[in-house]
Amino acid sequence: MAPKTENLWLSRFAAFTALCTLALICVGGVVTSKGAGMAVPDWPTSYGYNMFFFPIDRWVGGIFYEHTHRLFAVLVGLLTSILAAWLLGREATGRACWMGWIVIVVLLAMLGQHGSGDGTGVAGGVPIHFQALALIMPLLLVAGVVQSIRTGGSLRWLAMTAFFAVILQGILGGLRVVLFRDQIGVFHATLAQLFLSLLAVIALLTSSVWNRWTGGRDAVKPSRELRRLSFVCTLLILAQLVLGATMRHQHAGLAIADFPTAYGKLWPAMDAASIARYNQARVEVGAVNPITAFQVGLQLMHRIVALLIALGVALCALLARRQLGRGNPLRRLSSLWFGMILLQAFLGAATIWTGKSADFATAHVAVGAFSLATGALAMMFATSLSVPARSGASAVHGRRSDTPAVLAPPTAATNAG
Amino acid sequence: MKTPYLGILAVAASLQLARSADITGKVVLKGTPKPELTIDMASDAKCAALHSQPVTTRHYVVNKDGGLANVLVFVKSGLTEKNFPTPSETPLIDQVGCEYTPYVMGVMVNQKIKIKNSDPTLHNVHAMPKPGTANKEFNSAQPAGTGVLERSFAIPEVAIQFKCDVHPWMFAYVGVFDHPFFAVTDNEGNFKISGVPNGKYTIEAYHRKTHGTNPGVTQEIAVDGSKKLDFVIELK
Repeated sequence: MAPKTENLWLSRFAAFTALCTLALICVGGVVTSKGAGMAVPDWPTSYGYNMFFFPIDRWVGGIFYEHTHRLFAVLVGLLTSILAAWLLGREATGRACWMGWIVIVVLLAMLGQHGSGDGTGVAGGVPIHFQALALIMPLLLVAGVVQSIRTGGSLRWLAMTAFFAVILQGILGGLRVVLFRDQIGVFHATLAQLFLSLLAVIALLTSSVWNRWTGGRDAVKPSRELRRLSFVCTLLILAQLVLGATMRHQHAGLAIADFPTAYGKLWPAMDAASIARYNQARVEVGAVNPITAFQVGLQLMHRIVALLIALGVALCALLARRQLGRGNPLRRLSSLWFGMILLQAFLGAATIWTGKSADFATAHVAVGAFSLATGALAMMFATSLSVPARSGASAVHGRRSDTPAVLAPPTAATNAG
Repeated sequence: MKTPYLGILAVAASLQLARSADITGKVVLKGTPKPELTIDMASDAKCAALHSQPVTTRHYVVNKDGGLANVLVFVKSGLTEKNFPTPSETPLIDQVGCEYTPYVMGVMVNQKIKIKNSDPTLHNVHAMPKPGTANKEFNSAQPAGTGVLERSFAIPEVAIQFKCDVHPWMFAYVGVFDHPFFAVTDNEGNFKISGVPNGKYTIEAYHRKTHGTNPGVTQEIAVDGSKKLDFVIELK
């Protein structure tokens, strides 16, 4: 059995990777908030330069945000690669381990072949191997997800899924630029949130909290209602994030400029004349698109879903308080979750009150991502609490197997190692 | 021998002129727009250094008697001739002081537009026509001191946004027409469309901020000599 210090460092590394991912989501949020998504017209080069050698004196205006976003993404990609290789080494044996490492090395080598232009700012086009990756990575990601489910969430497959996801995420970001597709931007934003949640789950499964937890001995189990409610709320948050990403990638600024009313009413007029009036009255510094009735409708739906989420998570926290003991991680997490949702509601309102200031808009994106990750962790605890503990069932303590890590909280026997 | 020939030419030219005319007029804004916003160029020190006075947005450029600048005025319908030669002139959009100049312009389909960067900093030139049409979106890097770009558009569109994603306050509009009968109002709100053949037309005055994705205001006119046509654009 592996020494405990190795688990500790693995757990810390996983948590660090998740935190860096949250920071990357913030940086990406700033890119959209500042309207800088297209400030670097080419990819994977930057104004014709290899992205690592782009002169720093050219990091001006929107380029600063977009270029730092790309560099930060490389960091997160590397951290995820290390995490995947580390977990493969711990959880897989023989050929499975070696094959996994080879896949990681090959894909990283392909990504490293950036090419460069002549530095005059002329884009060289997307290299053929990046185009191939654009086709391959979605398939690999789906395969990773399927295998993760089939193996009951084994850590090595969760880690490989995270690795495939981060590569796909980079590809999506690049394609959004070179193909001029805002729709890809919505996928890019959504996958980022899901990726963070996956890393949070991996960090939890490798943590001492999960390993020490003796939920299997706890006679109190969360009710089916609480389990289902946490699942539904998490799905609602995901839907809300997709709504939010769709709104942001309309590049139309604030479709409704006041809160809690909407153009002074509970439900605003959305006929053509009213929309024209809203557009005429709006003065923006940036090159935003005119508001449309569809965008007004999107924002209204976003507000309604926010209310549903707040009510649902409040109910989760209430049920957890009533059903579970004070030290129960699900009870604590539910309370944290509710606090986060209240903060998120405030940030959403503040985004409107400040005329969509980049600071508040980006914080709103970040807390949204954090809320989804928290929901994923709550679901983990809610699900695991309900399954009787199995002895010797932990894959995290150095036993190389495909033993599912998700559904089997460790017992005292496994904790003794 | 030459004199009768020149005389015939002169008569033909005057007949041609008699068959076409100028439409002149003024576009006036009715209503009070919101004040323009001051642009903060601090994100690029080179841009900020180019201005000693505050720079504002240009959504409504209105002079003291209500004349509205940057309105595209054009023949919307009524032309009997459908094919007009593409002009050889190449109008220029320049990036000066980290702003596009002019803010609004009109060109014909397939007419080459020159895009220049006169600034000491880099820009990207990002044109965003309607998606799914023959007018292709492009996003071209244009570092300082590099050559002039040339672009054109294949089908009529009113109006295509040009913007710089490096400097998000920079944007301009280009109206693309399949005929040469268009103009952009000046700072006094005045316009002149030259050489319009005699006939009955619908003339449209389109202002981007006021009309957005909706059509502008239109008027019917019968041209049989120079005509004056004024427009009033009213804020709702």
